[in-house]
Order: sequence, then structure tokens, then C-alpha cells
Amino acid sequence: MTDDKLLEVDGVAVDYPGKGWRARPHRVLHEVSLDVRRGETVGLVGESGSGKTTLGRAVLGLVPVATGEIRFDGRVVSGLDRRERRALSSEIQVVFQDPYTSLNPAMTVADILAEPLAVSGVEQVRARARVQDLLDAVHLPADAGRRLPREFSGGQRQRIAIARALCREPRLIVCDEPVSALDLSTQARVLDLFIEIQERTGVAYLFVSHDLAVVRHISHRVAVMYRGELVETGDAATVTSTPEHPYTQRLLLASPVPDPEAQALRRTQRREAAAKAAQAGVGA
Amino acid sequence: MKRLLRDPLAVVSLGWLLIVVATAILAPLLTSQSPTGSSITNALAPMGGEHLLGTDGVGRDVFAQLVFGARTSLVGALIVVVVSLVVGLPAGLVAGFYRGWFDGVASWVASLLMAQPAIIILLVVLTQVGRNTALAMLVFGFVIAPGVFRLVRSSVIAVREELFVDAARVSGLSDPRIVRRHILPVVVAPTMIQMSQVLGIAIVVQAGLEFLGLGSANQASWGGMLNDSFQNIYTAPELLLWPGLVIVLTVTACALLGNALRDGLGTGPAPARPRARARRRDGRRVSGPSAPRPAVAPADDDALVRIEDLVVSYPSGTEDRQVVRGVSLSVRRGEVLGLVGESGSGKSQTAFSILGLLPRQARMSAGLIRFDDVDLSAISESARNRLRGSRIGYIPQEPMSNLDPSFRIGHQLVEPMRHNLGMSRPQARDEALRLLARVGIHEPERVFEAYPHQISGGMAQRVLIAGAVSCDPDLLIADEPTTALDVTVQAEVLDLIRELQQERRMAVLLVTHNFGVVADICDSVAVMRDGRIVEQAPVDRLFAEPRDDYTRMLLDSSLEGAPARESLVPMIGGTR
Amino acid sequence: MLAFLLRRLVSGVALVFVTATVTFFLTGMTGSDPARRILGPTATLAEVSAKRTELGLDRPLPQRYLDWLGGTLHGDLGMSWFTNQPVTTLVADALPVTMSIVVSAIVLTALLSIVLGVVAAVRGGWVDSSLQVLSVVGFAIPNFLVGLLLSVVFAVQLGLFPAIGYTPFAESPAGWVSSLTLPAIALAVGAVATVSTQTRGSLLDVLDRDYIRTLRSRGLPARSILLKHALRNAAPASLTVLSLQFIALISGAVVIEKVFGLNGIGERATSAAGQGDVPLVLGVVLLVVTLVVIVNLLADLLLGWLNPKVRIA
Repeated sequence: MTDDKLLEVDGVAVDYPGKGWRARPHRVLHEVSLDVRRGETVGLVGESGSGKTTLGRAVLGLVPVATGEIRFDGRVVSGLDRRERRALSSEIQVVFQDPYTSLNPAMTVADILAEPLAVSGVEQVRARARVQDLLDAVHLPADAGRRLPREFSGGQRQRIAIARALCREPRLIVCDEPVSALDLSTQARVLDLFIEIQERTGVAYLFVSHDLAVVRHISHRVAVMYRGELVETGDAATVTSTPEHPYTQRLLLASPVPDPEAQALRRTQRREAAAKAAQAGVGA
Repeated sequence: MKRLLRDPLAVVSLGWLLIVVATAILAPLLTSQSPTGSSITNALAPMGGEHLLGTDGVGRDVFAQLVFGARTSLVGALIVVVVSLVVGLPAGLVAGFYRGWFDGVASWVASLLMAQPAIIILLVVLTQVGRNTALAMLVFGFVIAPGVFRLVRSSVIAVREELFVDAARVSGLSDPRIVRRHILPVVVAPTMIQMSQVLGIAIVVQAGLEFLGLGSANQASWGGMLNDSFQNIYTAPELLLWPGLVIVLTVTACALLGNALRDGLGTGPAPARPRARARRRDGRRVSGPSAPRPAVAPADDDALVRIEDLVVSYPSGTEDRQVVRGVSLSVRRGEVLGLVGESGSGKSQTAFSILGLLPRQARMSAGLIRFDDVDLSAISESARNRLRGSRIGYIPQEPMSNLDPSFRIGHQLVEPMRHNLGMSRPQARDEALRLLARVGIHEPERVFEAYPHQISGGMAQRVLIAGAVSCDPDLLIADEPTTALDVTVQAEVLDLIRELQQERRMAVLLVTHNFGVVADICDSVAVMRDGRIVEQAPVDRLFAEPRDDYTRMLLDSSLEGAPARESLVPMIGGTR
Repeated sequence: MLAFLLRRLVSGVALVFVTATVTFFLTGMTGSDPARRILGPTATLAEVSAKRTELGLDRPLPQRYLDWLGGTLHGDLGMSWFTNQPVTTLVADALPVTMSIVVSAIVLTALLSIVLGVVAAVRGGWVDSSLQVLSVVGFAIPNFLVGLLLSVVFAVQLGLFPAIGYTPFAESPAGWVSSLTLPAIALAVGAVATVSTQTRGSLLDVLDRDYIRTLRSRGLPARSILLKHALRNAAPASLTVLSLQFIALISGAVVIEKVFGLNGIGERATSAAGQGDVPLVLGVVLLVVTLVVIVNLLADLLLGWLNPKVRIA
């Protein structure tokens, strides 16, 4: 193994407890393997229920791993206890989808940003200076720290969430649908911010999204998930324009293009592919 | 707190409670009479003179009893509050935060205790220890603790699901720190509200025990006074007055204080925030004004819908907040018109204005709003209701929340057809099955008999589409019909809408934020921003040469077709 | 659905068993000597000792528990220490009285709450404001005080109803109704306040749901949407509160029975507690918990029937 691999996910499966008493656990992730190199963005794309978010949460240590292991910088990080896991918090961070619930509405932005610093024992004066740097890094006004999350728009809140993730200069950020709740124009600007930060700091992203176009825009490599399994991995341009796996092809053809002529063509292709699949008996 | 002091009811309640507390503390200074000293010769003395409020059936001073009774009541209530908090709060925090076996055991014990009538438990205890008010209240604290436990537990579970708690965990915060900084503040408000009620309940229960004659002997109490007045109900019913009054006033003050706290602090277990949806949803936020741009729809004889100068506003404080500011547009027969815009642009509000289904608080005015040859602003609500369903159909955004969970899907399809088209039950059933098959459901019989929770989101959206077209409308209003769906399902649903539209030659007003969807299905487009239409054009023209800066900006933000990022390092392994 | 009900039934039986057991051991570990209490201070030591043997108090607690449990399973709850009557008879005689007032109060509560809740939610206006006042007042006035006031005005002053006593239905149906009216009203006031406030709240919540708007978009008449779809979906929350109110009403009945001089379960419990009549207290506890379990089962049955997710599962 080359040592430029920052994160290695090796045959990881995740079970969710079944509903009700004595119910059998339900496997949502089947032995997935994947790696992320230093400074790289790996896009994880799939539809609802594909297990992409679960994989992200497993990397973050928020759900337990049933089999397989996750290694960070060569060290096994799956199955750590809470204390050991906390030590990793300066290395692996997160940006969630929903900018409304990922920030505590009762805390000011400065308090939200300073919280991870307090954990690592940074003194107050330095923490305050760091908060200013962070606000600057995500292009928020300097006085934003005094305000509450609800005073910001969705895009601005997501910038706050990004600033919190950057706080302790992590080497990996798990991004769970970070732009899905944003308007189109805001989406593009937030994605550009992600890219800008990566080019400046060399942080790696595991970028989870249902949107092929978003993933294509930000990822170096893309992994496609379907029903808890990884069906295709490759560099972004290939997977998002000439995919090999039939599911990825279906996904690509189903995504509408904002151009009436191109979309009419894509629609025809999709119908032909569907007809062919139906004939072959593979079926939808 | 400041807000609380601005609420007059809260101030009066707080004032009364302070008086009661002061009375209880200063009792010996307020009266020289003994509350328990009885003298039969002096029974039922009238008000005034030596006895300010007279004496009771055995000659005890009524005023002194009231004053010292306040002491008994407050001490008892305080015991209950402290015990229930000390037991319920930590147990609720631990059970809600860690779940697991402790939650199981604690919840079971709580439900066990809650299934017992409180007085029966108290009676069992008093059987053992004899008359003892303080001890009874201590036990009552335990009896009521499950209520505190449950409230705290459910509040904790609700916040624990919030992403900011996950974020704090990823940030490396220890569990006690997460509880202190993120969980406890959320639990405080509902617990305070509950405590004000517990205070009132404790006073009532204690009075009840004393009324039954089970309170401590030789101790003045409000309940004991009621007991005495009950003995003399035929001779001196007025003795009911004073103890009854102070109990009712004190408990009312507790209840009102609780209500004021609720209004001031908010009740939800989670802090107030806009209803967040899985993906996106129109907010009713309006940002700064933009340059007004006249976008008058050309007079068109073939128009099925014509709107001119539509304004929708919501009362907000002293002023009205406009979310639609003078929209004019028309939908021609058989045309698919896309209404595009970002969140808060007013596109959904415009669509609901045509349906007449704006929220109750909304105010709508229009220079003209016509459907076919009907002036919608002139007709009655019932006439409008006759248009809905039969001539205007509606497809909502979220499939699962738009089916009534308590009724079978078949019933929800049959009911409008029977009402609007006067079909018999078997006729409507056949038609519903035919429709279900038409919208691409493979087992119409099974889905007809199913409840909404038994089918998938994509299937639910097909059911809703079947419902929208069931009475053969001329116009279909679709509000982000595919936003909540996966992209592969979205493609199928768009195909279905297009087919139905062509089959039935319906006009469609499609509200969306997605230009890909517009390109796929629409004949023409209207672009909205801040409650106004900035540009309306046939779809080919709009994509080829957008005239408005805002439209151009939106189209430029699309990531579709942009080059992908290069691989960071040359691929080594490729596909695994 | 059947599995769900079976599970609830098992947990209900467990509840009765655990409560009875805990109560038995609590009351069994008494500090003072019950035999001495029964016979009074004048009795000789020999008399007291004989009484102890007669009551079986000389045997170890676990053995007494097994005996009691065995008897209970055969419907024999032992003898009351102070009245020398079988507990089963004492309790059985009292049951109709308490059930009459509690059930009438529940029925009254259910009917009034639906009407008040629906009108307040839909019409708003003065009904809504009055309901809000009622919800505070109903909470603040203890039901026995309501009982006392009703008694003073309608029984003592106006003489419209009897102030005390219970007339069995078999004796005189009119007298039965008349003897129940004031106690049932006194009991129901607080419950009506709670349940109608809940009904109003859940109905308003349901009326805001997306599917109600979709039903309106289908052209269905407003009345049928309200009475069929909205009420059906608001019902479970109200029903849950109503079943909790049953427990509260039993507590309330204990005090109300004293106000109206009714020889019900509550009166038995109060006097047994005052005297320390352990077998009678145990009998009352057993009966009340069983009633609660039955009512909860009925509520579960109704809730399950209302909620397709439970019914179909």
C-alpha cells in the first residue's frame, strides 16, 4: 500500500438494530472498501437508502462497524472507545446537510466556533483570534460571531458549519450532502469555497451527495453506491460521463440537463436503455 | 425573563405567589391568634373584632389558620417539587441520552407508577405511618417524578437527534460536556413550565388529603379548614369561602405562570426553527427589494388562467410582509408552464392562489384572477371548492405527508370521484383501479387496499398524481412534484406527467427550482425572484438567450456540463 | 394487532402482580402491632397474642404472602380486620357506586370535550377564549371544592339533588341519576378542561397538515374533511389523555365520595387507611389496579383500531 492513503475503508459492513423486540438487525452496508488520499476529494454518490450517509457516519464513529475496519493514517480507528475517538477529533471533522439543525440555535456563532477549541485547551484570547480567522476564511463578516445562527441564510449557515469543521485544522472532512438544502446559486458558491479551502490547506474530503453534477464538480474520484454496495469507483470525469456499471448509467441518464435539446436527447437515450434492460430481463 | 414581566397576567400571578410566600414566612408576625387553639365556647364567631375573619366550628381563628396554612401548603409543595426534580431530572437525562438498559428499566418503572392513582398510593403509605403530611408529600414527589422523567427524557431524545449534537461529538466534546452545553439548556424550559404545574397539583393533592382527615394532626392547613367547613356545611357554609379562595387563587397563579412561561420560553423540546425538509422547501422569507420590472402577460384569448397584479401578503408585526408582489401571468390551454425560482421567490404562493388554498393568515388581492371564464375573486368559497378537484388538480411536493395516514389509498381516490362526479361506489372503485394501473402501479388491487405507510415514496407520488387527474381537470398545478424523489424516480414521474398531459390535453403549471426539470417538460417558463416575475418566455428562447440578468445568473450557476475535476494523482488501481 | 394486544395484556397482568406484591410487603412490614391496634389498649397480652394467631400474624411474611396470593387467585381476599366482613364483599358492594360516578364522569368528559374542542379549534372566537379560561380554572379548582360548592348551591340551598347518599339503579333509576349528577359533574370539570384543550390542540395540528390541504384540493366539502379526516387523525391523542384521566378520576373519586357521603371504593380506602386495615387496603389496591389495566387495554384496543400502523403490523 502506498502511504499517501489517508483514509482506508476495508470491507466495512454496518447493521441497524431491527425495529421492535428481538428483531433481527438489518444490514444497511455490505462490505464496502474505499480509500481517500491526502488532499483528495472522493465523491460518494447514490440515492436514498444506498448507504452513502451511513458510510460517512461510520467513518465519523457515529455508527458502529459490524465487520471490516477503517484505518486513518494507517491506524485502525473503527471500534475505538469514546475517549480514544475524542482524540481523533482534531483529525476528522464533519459538515452536515441541514444547516438548520447542525448549529445549536441557542449559541452565538463565536461560541459555536470556539467550542472545539475549548476542548483542545486553547486559551480564550487565542480562541477569539482563531474565530476571527475562521470567519474570514469562509468569507463571513467579522461581526458574524456575535450573532445567532437564525440570523443567517442557509448558505451562510453552511459557511459557519464549514468554519467549525476547519477549526482544529483537520486532515479529513466528511461532507454529508452539504449543499443539497441550498439554492442553486448558493450551491455553486459554497462548492467553490470547499475547493478553495482544499487548495489552500490540503484537507481531504469524503463528499457524500445524491447529485451527480455536484459530485462531478468537486471530486477527484467518485464512488457510486447502490443498495448498500459500492458498484463503481473511478476518476470523476469517467464515472460521471461514461460510467461502466448499468446503475450508474441509469443514474446519469435520469439526471435532467438544463438544456431542452440536450435533455430531449438524454430522455430518448434513457428510454432506449430502459427498453433494452427490460428486454434483457434485468429490469428496473 | 423580561418578556415575562411584560405579561400582566404573569406579573399578577407572580405577585400573588410572592404574597403567599411572604405570609408563610412571616406567619407569627401577622397574627397574635393561635391557629390551633380551639375553644368550644367561641365556635363560629362572626368576622371582625378579636377574630378578623371569625372562628370555625371548634372556635379556631380563621385568619390565623389561613396564614399558618400557607406555611403547611408551601412546605408540602416544595417537598414535592424538590423530590420530583431530584428523582426525575437526572433519571430522564441519563435515560434519554444513553438509552440502553437503564432507559428500559426506568421507563418501565415510570409507566408502572403512572398507572397507579396517586391517592391510592398515598393511602397505602398512610396506612403504615399514620397521619403525616410531610411524609405523604415526600411520597407524592416520587409518585409524580415519572412525569418529570418522561418530559425530560423525551426532550433529551429530541435534541439528541439534532445534528448539532452529532457535530459536538465529532468536535471531541465529552458526554458530560455535551449534556451541559447542548442538552440541559433545552430541557430547562419545559421542566420549569412543568414545575409550575407540579406546584399547583401538589397544593391540590395536599388539600385533598387534609380534607379527608389524613393530614398531620395539630397543624393548620387549608385542606383541614375545608374539612371543618364541610362539617358545618348546613350551619355555616360561608366557612368554605376563605380556604377555597386561597387555594383557587394560588393554584390559578401557578397555572397562569406556567402558561406565561410557555409563551415566553416556547414549549417544544427542540428550540424553534423553521420546519426543515429533507431537501428544499419554499420559505416565506423576502429579502431586499429589487428593481420593479413590468412583466405583463400579453392578452391571450387562448388563456386558461389569467392573473394580473397578484399580491399575497402575511401579517407580520404591524406591517404586512409581501411574498408575491404584483405577479401577472397566463397559462394557455394544453400548455406546460414552468414557474421557476429559488426559495422564497413566491412561486408556490402564486400557485396556491389559483387553487385558493393559501394558509389562513394569508391575504391575497389581484387585479384579475380568472380561470377559464370564471372570475375567481368574485365567486364564493363553495363555488371555488367545486372547481377544485374537478377542474383544477393539484400534485404536492412531499408524497408521504400528503396522504391521510388513517384511510386506505383506495378510499382516498374514490371519495373525490364520488363527490365530484357523482359516481357509485363500484364505478368509482373500477375507475380508481384503472387510474392506478395507468400511473404505472403494477398491483393496483393491492395498492388500492393499502394504507399510505405500506407503500414507497415514489409509489405514493404516483397515487397522488392519479388522484389529481381522477376527475379529469383542465389544469394541473404541480408544486415541486419531484423534489422529494430520487433522480431515477423523478425521471419516471416526469414522464408520467408528460404522458397524462398529452393524453388529456391538460394545461400544467409546474412549480420548480430545477432548470433540468424545466428543460425536460415545460413549453414555456416564468422566472420569479422576490415575489415578481422577471422573465417569461418559451423554453427554447429562455435557455438560448436569457434576457434578464438574474435568469442568466441562475443558468450560469448550473454545474451540469461543467468540466469535472482532474484526478489528483494518476490512477493506480482504478475500479476496485 | 393480536400480538400487540397480547403483549399489552401480559404487561397488564404483570402490573397487577407487581403492584399487589409491593403493596403486600409494604403493608406487611408494619412497625406497630396490628393486633394491639384492633383490640385497643385495654386488652390483655394473652388476648393480643390470641388475636395475632387468629390473624396469622405470627407466621413469617413470605408465607403470609403465599397464602394471600393463593386466596386471591380463588377470589378470596381475606377478612377485614376491623369490620369482620370478607374483603371481597366489602369491595364488591362498593364497586358499583364508584364505577357509576367515574363512568358517568368519563362519558360526560368525552362528549363535552369533543364538542368543545372541535368548536374551539374551528370557530375560534369566544368559545376558544372560554375554553382557555376553563383550562386554567379546571386545573386550579380542586374537584372536591367544586363538589362542595355544587353541594352547597344545588343540594343544600336549592334542594334539587340529594346532598349525600347513593341510590342503586335497581331501586330507582331516577334516584340513581339524581344521586350521581352532582358527583359526576364535580369529577368531570377538571377532566373536561384537560381533554378538550388536548382535542383543540391536536385538531389544530392536524388541520395544518399537508394531507388536509391535498384533500381540500380534491374538492371535498370542508365539513367532511373536518369530521371525517381531521377528527379521525386527532382522536388518538385525545383518547390517550382520556385514558390517563381515568386514573386521575379514580383518585378524584376518593375525595368526592366523602363530599357526597357515598359508600364507594374511595370511602373504603380512606377508612381502611385511617384504621390500618391491611387486608381491606390490599383488596382496594388490587381492584383499582385491575380496573386501570382493563381501561388501558380498552384504550389500546381503540388506539390500535384507529391507527392502521398498529392494526396492520
